[in-house]
This record gives sequence, structure tokens and C-alpha cells, in this order.
Amino acid sequence: MTEISMTVNGKAARASVPDNTLLVDFLREHLRLTGTHVGCDTSQCGACIVHMDGRAVKSCTMLAASAEGAEVTTIEGLANGALHPMQTAFKENHGLQCGFCTPGMIMSATDMVARYKAAGKELTEEAIRHELEGNICRCTGYHNIVRAIQDGAAKMVAG
Amino acid sequence: MYDLTYHRATSVDDAAAKFSAASDGQLLAGGQTLLPTMKHHLAAPSDLIDLRGIADLVGVKVSGRSVTIGAMTTHAAVAENAQLASVCPAIVKLAGGIGDPAVRHQGTIGGSIANNDPAADYPAGLLALGATIRTNKREIAADDFFTGLFSTALSEGEIVTAVGFEAPEACGYAKFPNPASRYAMTGVFVAKRGGGNVRVAVTGAGSDGVFRHDGLERALSEDWSVAAVDGVPVSADGLMTDIHCDATYRANLIKAMAKRALA
Repeated sequence: MTEISMTVNGKAARASVPDNTLLVDFLREHLRLTGTHVGCDTSQCGACIVHMDGRAVKSCTMLAASAEGAEVTTIEGLANGALHPMQTAFKENHGLQCGFCTPGMIMSATDMVARYKAAGKELTEEAIRHELEGNICRCTGYHNIVRAIQDGAAKMVAG
Repeated sequence: MYDLTYHRATSVDDAAAKFSAASDGQLLAGGQTLLPTMKHHLAAPSDLIDLRGIADLVGVKVSGRSVTIGAMTTHAAVAENAQLASVCPAIVKLAGGIGDPAVRHQGTIGGSIANNDPAADYPAGLLALGATIRTNKREIAADDFFTGLFSTALSEGEIVTAVGFEAPEACGYAKFPNPASRYAMTGVFVAKRGGGNVRVAVTGAGSDGVFRHDGLERALSEDWSVAAVDGVPVSADGLMTDIHCDATYRANLIKAMAKRALA
């Protein structure tokens, strides 16, 4: 067992967990933050994406112990109970059907908006499609997801 | 994943000591290959020694044309480094094309080259750049470092600390990515160094891992151009055949990617 402590959605989280516990299992099983999903469990689908120290990471491909001291944000903590502009954009643009991939899509979307803003680059439709390489959706075919991210990016700027 | 004991190293020496003390230890860098491998029960180390907390191993330094990249520097950090982009744009492009954004936020250059996947990108870059791989014990030339499929010159427990190279006069990288994994089905890195010395390294194609292509190097030394690639015969001998494509297709990809790298 290993003692871990980190900040999750702004709150301190401490636990003693088996050393081989994945971050996603710590979030889901210990903290009951079940918005973060396990899809493929092979690092490809992106349903498990969370932000760690402000960067999108696949929480199924990281040990909880490696996140020691980190600031983790999950879909639940993105807007603290309200809807984040990106979540609103997914709702308004029909950016989901079954919704399984959506938490990961939204965490990737907010990450890419932040990175492109910081780099002073324009987040074009083509860039969004490339940026979504690590997120798989098996319902919508991506068009509405891309539209949602374009709209969400605009809404985030409008603030 | 099987049971294991997790350790967080505080320094390179601490990591080496913890590795020595473990019965079947394994160093953990970004974990983007190792952890999936462990989840599939294809690796089952008794102990994981996490290098994540060692600040000395992180960062890109560019001094004139001399480049040093710490082993625990992520692909994203290399891809976003403007100074590096100005002296060696192809290595920045290479790093930005590995995996996907979330993988690039975790995966590291040291982890990539220590694993030496035959379809990984960095081995081609470092071999073509004539890089030096620094470890906690010595310096190893890239020509001697990559020794075959998932095989390197590293000894048991030896820790990569950084890679260094002189930025070339010109360079380029192009890969034909597998559409699902983004690993190179073939990737070609071309580097034009001082005195007409050209090095060309190919990843994703060789049945024994990354290799230099003599014919392309000779042709491009005389004429650094897309057109020069046309006259170079590229044999399918020694190239991989797998479910994605056969050796003949890869031989053609070597020429196609070399042209794109030069374009």
C-alpha cells in the first residue's frame, strides 16, 4: 500500500491505496467521481482524460501514486456544479449521443483551447480534428463534436 | 496489472540505488508504453522506480546550435519549444506527431529511446542527428545505442539522463502513421550536417529496428533535394512485413517519406 495525497477538483484527497492503483480507479472507486470513464483501457479512446496540473492526461495510463501532489481536475470539477461553456456547447450542438466519450471529449476540448490560447495560435476546424486524435466516439461521427468545440472555444473567450 | 511496489526516486543516484535493491525492478518514465504493457500482463516488474520527481532530468537547453534535452522532458515540451524549433524544426515536428495530445503530455524522450520500439519516432531523429545519449554512467553515440528490436546498449539499471546533439544545417522528418496508433509504418529523418555530411535514418520499416540508409545518404550528400531521391534504389530486403503492409510497400514508403522530409 502507498499513501497518496493530491488535490482533486480543488479539494484535498488522501488515501492509502495498493501501489498498482491507476489514477482512474482512484478517482472512480475511492473518490466516487464516476464521470471519468474507462472505455478501451488501452490508452486509445480518451474517455478517461482528466487534467493534471493543467494538462490533459489519460488517467487509465498513469498510476495514482505518480499523481502525488498534483492538481487534478475531472469533468465534475470543471464548473463546480454549473455548466462550463464547453459543456453548454456540447449540449447545444448535439455533440453527443450516448455520452460515454463526452467527459473525455470535453476535458480534451478545454485543454486544447487553453493550449492554443497560450501559444497564440488559432484553433481551426482542422486543428481540432488533429487534436482529437486521442479521443474516440462511436456514435456521432465527430462533426457535431468539432462544431461543439468551435462553439465552446468561442463561448470560453466570451467568458 | 500484477502487484508491485512503487518507489518515487528523488535523484538519479537514488533511482539507481532503488533499482539495485529491487528483485526485478523497472524504471518508470512517462509510462505511456510501460503501463499498457503491464496492464496486458506482458511485463510484471516487482518494483517500479518512478523518475517523475527528478527535476534535473527535465528541460530543453539550446545554446547556440548545441541542444540538450533532459530524459524526462515530455514530447509536448519538446514540441512547444520555440528556441528548439528555430534551430532544429524537424525534431519539434517529430515530437508533436507522437501519439496524441494526452500521450504527449506524459511520454518522455528518455522513455521512448530506452524502449526503442521499432516503430517509434525518436530513434530515427537521434540516429540521423548523430546524437549522444547521456546516462548515469557514460555517453553513448546514437550509432551504438540502438541495437535492435526493443534493444539498446543500456546495461541493466543504467539510466538515460539526457540526449545532446548539434543542430544540423538542415533537417526534416516525415512519417506515414498507422491511422490507429500513430506509430510510424515508416518514418524517415534526414539531416544535413556541416561539410556535406548527410545522415538519413529510417524507423518503422526495418525488421531489426531503426537503421541508416547508405544509398539515400550518398545521393543527398551530393544533391540535397527531393529529385535526388528518385534515383536511389531502395531494397525491400531486411524490411518488415506485418498486418499493416509488406516489405515492398515499406521500401516505397522510405522513398516517399524521404521526399516529404526534404520538401
